[in-house]
Amino acid sequence: MDAQAFLDWSVQIALVLLSISFLMTIGRVIVGPTLPDRVLALDLLVAAAIGFIAVLGIKTGFTLYIDIAIALGLVGFLATVAFARFILSRGMREDGTPACEPLTAEQSAKLSATNASSLVSPAEPVAMPKMGDHADA
Amino acid sequence: MLEQVALIVAALLVLIGAFFGLFAAIGLWRLPDIYTRMHSASKAGTLGSGLLLIALAVHAGDTSTVLRAAAGVIFFLLTAPISAHLLAKAAYAVGYPLTGESVRDEMKK
Repeated sequence: MDAQAFLDWSVQIALVLLSISFLMTIGRVIVGPTLPDRVLALDLLVAAAIGFIAVLGIKTGFTLYIDIAIALGLVGFLATVAFARFILSRGMREDGTPACEPLTAEQSAKLSATNASSLVSPAEPVAMPKMGDHADA
Repeated sequence: MLEQVALIVAALLVLIGAFFGLFAAIGLWRLPDIYTRMHSASKAGTLGSGLLLIALAVHAGDTSTVLRAAAGVIFFLLTAPISAHLLAKAAYAVGYPLTGESVRDEMKK
């Protein structure tokens, strides 16, 4: 087998593997179960798309695709950062449990200064459970 | 001769990179909670796409493509740990639980 044939074979295999990886990652986006899981899967989806673009660049010889890959990486990074801020400022989990122990006093003060405090019901008892108690949640 | 070597190196990088991409997706299903899944997504995923970009640079061989692929790899290596760290910090601050198999939580107050 000469080198060009080996490369063509590798590119085909890589496209198949990356497609499987895409499908599994999308499955994790759908299944969840939590919002950070979905955000993480979207982050991995961007990484897999960049790899896919690189393989397509080898296959077609059209290297202009790299610019798209760089732009996609930037968008994916900013999206993940924005989602992380959203998870933090939402201040509660899917089941409605408000943010508890791991927030420092400074962070809580900042949170209650913003409208995020409206997410936490005032009827909640002051002594909230520690984080370790949620291990079965 | 040199072209043949470049083709074989590119083919091997493509294969290894694609396998790392697949392993990252498998890790997303095999690992139990968000904090362990982050290992698979941010390390194996970054390594996979980085290797594929390097394979493209080796295959193309002209300066502009190599420089752009290197810029992409460096950018990705810089941003992936930051986004993973931010996401883990946000998830921990909101109180998403560690898996029951965890033996140690060093951030616990």
